[in-house]
Amino acid sequence: MTAPNGKPRPKVAFFDFTSCEGCQLTVVDSLQTHPELLEAVEIVNFREAMSERSEDYAIAFIEGSCSRPADEERLRHIRERAALVVALGACAHLGGVNAIRNRQDLEDVRRYVYGDKAEWYDTYPVRPISAVIRVDAVIPGCPIDREEFVNVVKMLLQGRSPKLPETPLCVECKLKENICVYWRGKVCLGPIIRAGCGAICPTYGDGCEGCRGLLSEPNWESLKQVMAEHGMAEADIDAHMSLFLTYEMAQLQSEGK
Amino acid sequence: MSTTSAPNFKIDIHHITRVEGHGNIVVDVKNGRLVQCDLQIVEAPRFFEAMLRGRPYQQASHLTSRICGICAVGHATTSLRAVETALGVELSEQTKLLRQLNFYGEILDSHILHVYMLAAPDFLGVGSIIPLASRAPEVVLRALRMKQLAGDLCAAIGGRHTHPIAMTVGGFTHFPSHDDLYSLRERLEAVRADVDATVELFQTFKVPAFERQTEYIALHKPEEYAWIDGVIRSSDGGEWPLADYRKVTNEYLVQHSSAKHTKNQRDSYMVGALARFNLNYGHLHPKAKAAAAALGLKPVCHNPYMITVAQVVEIVHAVEHAIALTDTLLARGVEWEEPARPTRLSGEGVGSCEVPRGILFHHYVIEEGTITGANCIIPTGQNLQNIENDMRALVPTLLDRPRENIAHALEMLVRAYDPCISCSTHLLDVQFVGADEK
Repeated sequence: MTAPNGKPRPKVAFFDFTSCEGCQLTVVDSLQTHPELLEAVEIVNFREAMSERSEDYAIAFIEGSCSRPADEERLRHIRERAALVVALGACAHLGGVNAIRNRQDLEDVRRYVYGDKAEWYDTYPVRPISAVIRVDAVIPGCPIDREEFVNVVKMLLQGRSPKLPETPLCVECKLKENICVYWRGKVCLGPIIRAGCGAICPTYGDGCEGCRGLLSEPNWESLKQVMAEHGMAEADIDAHMSLFLTYEMAQLQSEGK
Repeated sequence: MSTTSAPNFKIDIHHITRVEGHGNIVVDVKNGRLVQCDLQIVEAPRFFEAMLRGRPYQQASHLTSRICGICAVGHATTSLRAVETALGVELSEQTKLLRQLNFYGEILDSHILHVYMLAAPDFLGVGSIIPLASRAPEVVLRALRMKQLAGDLCAAIGGRHTHPIAMTVGGFTHFPSHDDLYSLRERLEAVRADVDATVELFQTFKVPAFERQTEYIALHKPEEYAWIDGVIRSSDGGEWPLADYRKVTNEYLVQHSSAKHTKNQRDSYMVGALARFNLNYGHLHPKAKAAAAALGLKPVCHNPYMITVAQVVEIVHAVEHAIALTDTLLARGVEWEEPARPTRLSGEGVGSCEVPRGILFHHYVIEEGTITGANCIIPTGQNLQNIENDMRALVPTLLDRPRENIAHALEMLVRAYDPCISCSTHLLDVQFVGADEK
């Protein structure tokens, strides 16, 4: 099959691990405004939306976290076949909300949910897919942003490697002329989180939850200062810092940062 | 396979396609006798109930919306109702209207996804909606147009459809403008033609004839087709207040599924669009009743393949009611409102909604603002045993057919239930006793 320009269309596959599959649904929704995507690529694997399957693909989009030993083997299998692997959304990129359970005793978590049958269900601490395989590109967010997805696909098709914004979310929020949510008495992680979503949560009246992950050089002092100025409670700050950032924060701590 | 009267064959469908999440169908027939017939749920366990413990109540709806990318609004609404019941929060009329409108957006989004993109390819003889883009572009464009409106409706109220932002305990943190509502009203009216075309399309589909009587469970309200709150009602008789949900669900574990099974008065029951239709038919919008008649769907219907048809009927209902709701909101005007505040910080509450796939329960114990116990019972978990019972009744009627036909009939059956597998694997067992011990 060829694209309208006569070049062969790259074969694209979608895979999911521990996740809600909301990022793949966002991919489906992106076709509403960008139907031309289907002319540029050939989708050969998309279990949620199609019956056909293939082991022959160039670009693999992976949604979801690695949460059990069997996931590792499946991830390596995909890595061996794909020229490019893209982490799709916060679960694949950061471990997502799934990693919250890493803060608790694993046996206790299993027993709380599955009682005396806990040993039937295999699980271990949650990790992003980059902890298991090499990842060529990331589309952050919970869920991913439609336009960002389309842009990343375009860049990959042009042979370029997509770069994530290096500005904090606050920059986008200011450009939108939002009232700072701290003035509404809420915690917001904007000062330390990577921009790119258009500050959607503050725009709709809620603090940034950090789903796009930390900036490479987060300004901790600035964040602490803002939180102290507004008298935020420890518990509130911890709840925000752990919703999406549990894995990243644990990594930073283990690296002594 | 052998065509003798005593066939031997195995069916092993690994990772059923066009469903949400990971499931396998395993069937083993020896000498014409069904020895194994399982719907295996192989999704990784997700442990949301355990993760809720220790979180502030304000975060519960944001965390639990992440259970499901399709029914994020449903989980968020149910979670909020559980917290609000626990903490004695009284909602304003405006909050109730906006939540209901948002809810219709999600019912439409999810049902359109299922009827067009997941189920319709079976009736049109294709593996997905993608080949239809060239073969029947008007069908694909219609599906995308309808789905876009549904998503935009959710986004106007919640900020985005998947994982809503502006929904919070006691109300909203952002409100749609008059222009937002007016434009939605126009588009909803325009989409009526697409809804009619959807009913006409489904009139041309031949739905497999298969019936098995079972128990149907849905929320019920005396005055309207219930979506948010109500009482639990059974087609076998009986009504339960939400707080007694465990008397209905009776969850138990089976080894081949990381999602828990349930049973009430029989050894399985069905939830979802067909259960709602069977129990609450009288409250459907007249246009939805007309669509049901045109599609040959009458209560009480015992054919699980008709779940998809019941979803089409609910699409008609949801569009008509969403139009009426936008009219009400436009007439009264949407005002900026601070969310209603809790009257206490400790308590226990059950929230329940009819999300696209059926009745959903969230049950929380909150102590001094922190969640100490949580239990979520998901529609697909409640349907699993019923699906297996259907499969066991269906396979013996198909033994004279080629193995691929049997496999396809089983896949279509599972798909008709529109299972949301990643949703259903994080169940419960809530030892509320001693929940405050760490």
